[in-house]
Amino acid sequence: MSVQDLTVRRGHTLALDDVSLETPAGRITAVVGGDGAGKTTLLEALVGLVEPASGTVDTPDRAQIGYMPSGAGSWYDLTVDENIGFVGGSYGVRDLAQRADELLTRADLMHARDRLVGRLSGGMRQKLGFCLAMLHQPELLILDEPSTGVDPVSRVELWRLISETAAAGTAVVMSTTYLDEAERAGWVLVLERGKNLLSGSPDEVVASCPGEVVETDAPVHTELSWRSGEHYREWWPDGAPDGQVPAVLTLEDVSIVASLREGLTS
Amino acid sequence: MNALIEARGLTQRFGDFTAVDDVSLHVDAGEVVGLLGANGAGKTTTIRMLLGLARPTAGQALLDGAPPTRKSRRRLGYVPQGLGLYSELTVSENLAFAAQAFGCEPAGLEGALADESDTLVAALPLGLRRQLAFVCALQHGPDVLVLDEPTSGVEPLARVRLWDRIRSQADRGVGVLVTTHYMQEARQCDRLLLMSDGRLVAQGSEADIVDGTRAVAVHAQDWARAFEILSAAGMAVNLAGRDVRVIDPDEAHLQAVLAQAGLEATVTEVAPTIEERMTMLARA
Repeated sequence: MSVQDLTVRRGHTLALDDVSLETPAGRITAVVGGDGAGKTTLLEALVGLVEPASGTVDTPDRAQIGYMPSGAGSWYDLTVDENIGFVGGSYGVRDLAQRADELLTRADLMHARDRLVGRLSGGMRQKLGFCLAMLHQPELLILDEPSTGVDPVSRVELWRLISETAAAGTAVVMSTTYLDEAERAGWVLVLERGKNLLSGSPDEVVASCPGEVVETDAPVHTELSWRSGEHYREWWPDGAPDGQVPAVLTLEDVSIVASLREGLTS
Repeated sequence: MNALIEARGLTQRFGDFTAVDDVSLHVDAGEVVGLLGANGAGKTTTIRMLLGLARPTAGQALLDGAPPTRKSRRRLGYVPQGLGLYSELTVSENLAFAAQAFGCEPAGLEGALADESDTLVAALPLGLRRQLAFVCALQHGPDVLVLDEPTSGVEPLARVRLWDRIRSQADRGVGVLVTTHYMQEARQCDRLLLMSDGRLVAQGSEADIVDGTRAVAVHAQDWARAFEILSAAGMAVNLAGRDVRVIDPDEAHLQAVLAQAGLEATVTEVAPTIEERMTMLARA
C-alpha cells in the first residue's frame, strides 16, 4: 500500500505536489499540516475520491478500506444503531450484530445505541465515526482529523482505539494538526502547501533537523527564533556560535525549522 | 491594586447541575494565564461569567475590581473559538464593523492580511482568519484579552508567530486569559489553572498541574502484544511510537500482567502529560 510521486490539482492550484508515502500493515502514519496543507486531498486520493494528475496510488480494493471523513461521517438524524445498520448494510457486513457489539463495547458507546447522533458529544461522535469505518474489518483505515474538536480525555480514548487497531495488524493513516499527537505515530509526513516538508519516523525526523537549534533567553535573530515555555529557541542554519545551549528538540521545533528554511530558500 | 480579572467563589447552577462550583481566580496585568480542562469542565461558563455574558448564581466576577458593565466591558478584547467574524463581509469591512461597535478607529492592516483587505472572510484561509479576529479584538486597545483556543488548526510556524503577538501584548501590560486543552498552548502561558467537573483542581506551573500523576513507558519488542494485554487488564494505556504508556500504574499489577504473558519488557518512569492528568481525573 503506497502512493508514489503523487500530484493532484484542484482547479489551478497544486493541492499535492510530488508526495510519496508507504502505509505498511500495523503502522500508524500521521499526516500533519495546517489548514490547506493538502492532508484531506492525500487521504481522499488514498480512498480513490480524487484523481491524480500524475503519480500512482496503490491501495487495496475499496471494500478493504475504511474511511472516516473529517466531521466523522455519521448521520445526525439517525440513532447510533441506525447509523451502524446503514453503514453495515452498505458494506454487506456479515455478523453485523456481533461486530457492532464488539466495536461499541470497545468504544464505550453501548449505553448510547438509541441516542440520536446529533445529540452526542464531539468525542462520542468521533468514536462512532471510527466504529463505522471499522465495521467491515478493513486492511487500511483512513481517518481525517479524528481528534479535532475532541477534548483531551476523549482524545486519549480515541488513541487507544486507533492503537488497538494498528496493534491488530491494520494499516492506519490519520491526519492531524497537532505535532504532539503525531509524535505517537510510527511514521510522520508533514505537509505544507501540498509539498512534503518532512517525513520519517518521529525520531528520524527530529534527528534530521538541519543546522542547530539552541535554547536561549536572548535570541539574536528574532525572525529565526520562537518562544518555548519560559525560554526562546533559535535556529542557526550554519551552526550556532560557541557557548550556546543546544535545545532538546520536538517534532514541533523541527517543523518550525523546516518552514523557516522554506521561507529562506523561496 | 486590583487584579484585571477576578473570580471570587464564582458558581453557576443550571437546575440541579452545578456547571461552575466555587471558582476563585485572578489575572494580573502583563501575565498570560491558561485555563485548562476537558469539555464540560466548566471553562466556557466561567469565561461567560467573567465577560459579563452570564450572571453567576453565587460569587462574584470582577473586572478591575467591579462587576462588569456595558462600559467597563470596553476594556475587554475577546476572541471566541468560532472567531466571531462575518463571513459575508470583507476583511476591511469586518475591521470597520468591530471598530464602530467599540467606537474606535479601525486598525491598519499589515502583511498578508493587508493584501487580502477586499477578500471575503469566507474565502480566507484559517490562519489569516485567526489573525484578523485577533486584530479585531485588539484594535480598541483593551487591557484584558480573553482567547478561546487561539491557535487551533494553525500550522506550527504560524502558531508561534500568533503567540509572539499574544506575548507582546502581555509585555505591554495586557492581562491575557487563554482557554485551551492543548499542551503546546499551555506551555506558552505563565501560569496554568486546571478545571474538572466545575471545580478548580490544580494551579501553577505545568509541573504543579501534573503533580500526583504518574506515567510509565513500557518498551517491549512485541509492542502490539504489550498494548493488547495491558489494555485488556484494564489499565489506562496509550501508544507513544512503539512504547506503551500507562497512566497511574499499579507497579506490582503491571509486572504481574507482563510476567503472566511471558512478555519481556522494560518499564521506565516518564514525565506525565497534562492530558494524562486529565484522563486520571476523568477516571477517578
